[in-house]
Amino acid sequence: MSELTRHSAARLAEMLAAKDVSSVEVTQAHLDRIAEVDGNVNAFLHVNTEEALAVAADVDKARAAGEELPVLAGVPIAIKDLIVTVGQPTTAGSRILEGWMSPYDATVIKKIRAAKMPMLGKTNLDEFAMGSSTEHSAYGPTRNPWDLGRIPGGSGGGSAAAVAAFEAPLALGTDTGGSIRQPASVTGSVGVKPTYGGVSRYGAIAMASSLDQIGPVSRTVLDSALLHEVIGGHDPHDSTSLTDPVGSLAEAARTGDVRGLRIGVVRELQGEGYDAGVQARFDESLELLRGAGAEIVEVSCPNFRYALGAYYLIMPSEASSNLAKFDGVRYGQRVLPADGPMTIERVMGATRAAGFGDEVKRRIILGTYALSAGYYDAYYGSAQKVRTLVQRDFDAAFAKADVLISPTAPTTAFKLGEKLDDPLAMYLNDVATIPANLAGVPGISVPGGLADGLPVGIQFLAPAREDARLYRAGHVLESLLEEKWGGPLLAQAPDLAAAETMSGAN
Amino acid sequence: MSEINREAVAHLARLAHIEMTDAELDRMAGELDVIVDSIKSVQEAAGDDVPATSHPIPLTNVFREDVVGETLTNEQALSGAPDSADGRFKVPAILDEE
Repeated sequence: MSELTRHSAARLAEMLAAKDVSSVEVTQAHLDRIAEVDGNVNAFLHVNTEEALAVAADVDKARAAGEELPVLAGVPIAIKDLIVTVGQPTTAGSRILEGWMSPYDATVIKKIRAAKMPMLGKTNLDEFAMGSSTEHSAYGPTRNPWDLGRIPGGSGGGSAAAVAAFEAPLALGTDTGGSIRQPASVTGSVGVKPTYGGVSRYGAIAMASSLDQIGPVSRTVLDSALLHEVIGGHDPHDSTSLTDPVGSLAEAARTGDVRGLRIGVVRELQGEGYDAGVQARFDESLELLRGAGAEIVEVSCPNFRYALGAYYLIMPSEASSNLAKFDGVRYGQRVLPADGPMTIERVMGATRAAGFGDEVKRRIILGTYALSAGYYDAYYGSAQKVRTLVQRDFDAAFAKADVLISPTAPTTAFKLGEKLDDPLAMYLNDVATIPANLAGVPGISVPGGLADGLPVGIQFLAPAREDARLYRAGHVLESLLEEKWGGPLLAQAPDLAAAETMSGAN
Repeated sequence: MSEINREAVAHLARLAHIEMTDAELDRMAGELDVIVDSIKSVQEAAGDDVPATSHPIPLTNVFREDVVGETLTNEQALSGAPDSADGRFKVPAILDEE
C-alpha cells in the first residue's frame, strides 16, 4: 500500500499545497488501494477512475499556474450512493435504481466539485439507507476492515469501510437514525451528523425527510471539520436548509482544550444493554476528559426510552410516502406482471415487488399501517408527541451541560448474518444515535479504543447549531487517546493486503 | 397482540402497490406483529397536554422569488424513464379494459 493513503486529508492538503506530491499521485494511490482491497471489502459500488484522475490533473495544472485553490483541492473523496451524481450511476443500494443516471447533481456534489475534490466513486449502503449493517444492499454486504466476517455498520457501511480501509481519506454519508455515526463506531473511524438543516439535503434520495442529514466521514476529527466546512451552508433548493453561516469548525477542532467544558453523561445511554467492553472504553474516555479539565456531570433523559419506538413509527411513515415515487414510470426499473391485465397499477405492483428488498418492503408496509385511518393518532400522532418529549429532555440536559456523551452503539461489530433474520434486534443498534435525529441536534462518533480487538465509538452530542462544540470535544478526546495508544486506532487494524493474498491463495 | 394479521398486510400491500406472494404475506404479518407490539409503548408516553412535533427545527414557510429558474430540460427529465414518447412519460393502460 502506498504511504500516501495513510495520511489524513489535512496532511494531504498540506503536502499538495507545498507541491510535495501531486493530486494525480494521491488519487492514483487511492485508486490502486481500491483495486488492491475492495474485492474483499466491497465498499464501492462504482469506481470513478477517469473523472477522478481528470479532476486531479486539473488541480495540478491550476496549482502549477499559481492559482488560488480551496483548502481540500486535489484531496479525493468517496460518495455514499444515496447522493445523486451526474456522470456516475446512483443506485441507493437498490435493484429498482440499478444503472440509473441522475440528470442533476446534489448540492453537496456541486460543492465538492467547486472545492476541486476528485470523486473516487460511490459507496455501498443498506437499500435506501434502511439498515444498520449494509447487509440490506442489493449488491452484497460491505465487510468490516477489522474483521472481514463482521458488519461495517449501516446504512453507511461503505463510506465508513472505505476510510477505515484507507481506500479514501474522506467520504460523505447520510444519517437518519445513526447511519453515519454507528458505522464510524464499529470501524474505528470518525463520523458526524450535523445539525438538521446545516447541510443541504437536495439530491440525497429521501428516506425520512424530517430526520435525514448528510454529513462527513473521515479518519480524524479535523478532517471531518474541514469537509463539513465544504458541504455546509444555506441552499435555496432545500426549504429546510438553515440560513446560519457554517462557522469555523476546523478552528474549533484545533482549540485543543476542554477545560471548564461541562460534559453531561446521559444516564439512560449506558449500563443495561451495553456490552461490558463498550462500557469500559466509555468509562476510560470519561476519566481522560476529566483529567484534561472537563467538568463531568450526570444528566437524565427519561423519555429516551420511547425514542426507538417513536423512530420506528415516524421513519417508516415518512419512508412509505417518499418511496411512492419509485413506480416504474419516471425512472428506474419497470417490471411487467407475468400474466393478467397490463394496467399501470399492476405494473407498479410488479415493479415494486421485484425492485425492493425485504427490509424496504417491511418499512413501507409498517409506515402505510401507521398512517392509515384509525391508527394515525395512536401511532404516528403518539410518536410525534414523543418527539416533543425527547426535545424537552435535550433542553433540560443542555441547561446543565455544554455537550453530552455516550457510547455511540451498544455493541461492537457483530458477525455478518447474525441479526439479519431478526429485524427488532437489528433496530436496537441505533438506540443511542436515534434521539439526536428526533431532536435535530448534531452528533459525532470518535474512536474510543478496542473491546476484544474490535472498535468502540464514543458519541458527543451538542445543542442545535452548536456543531463546533463536537469538533472541540471530539478532537481533544482523540488527542488524549492517541497519546495513550501511541498513534491512531486504525494503525492497529489488520493488514488487508495480506488478507487479500490469503483469500486469493484459497 | 396488535391487529396486524395476514389480511391486514394484504390490504396494506395493495395500498402501497407491492405485489406479495402468500409466503411473503405470512412472513411479513408475523414480523410486523412483533415490531408493532414492541413500539406501541409510545402511546403511553405522552398525555393530551403534550403538543406534537413534526419537525426538529422550528421553521416558517419558505418562498422563492417568482421568476423563471433553472430546471431540467425535457430531455433530461425523460433520460431515466423506462418508456417515453413525444416528449412525455409513456405508461401502460390506466384503466382495466373490462
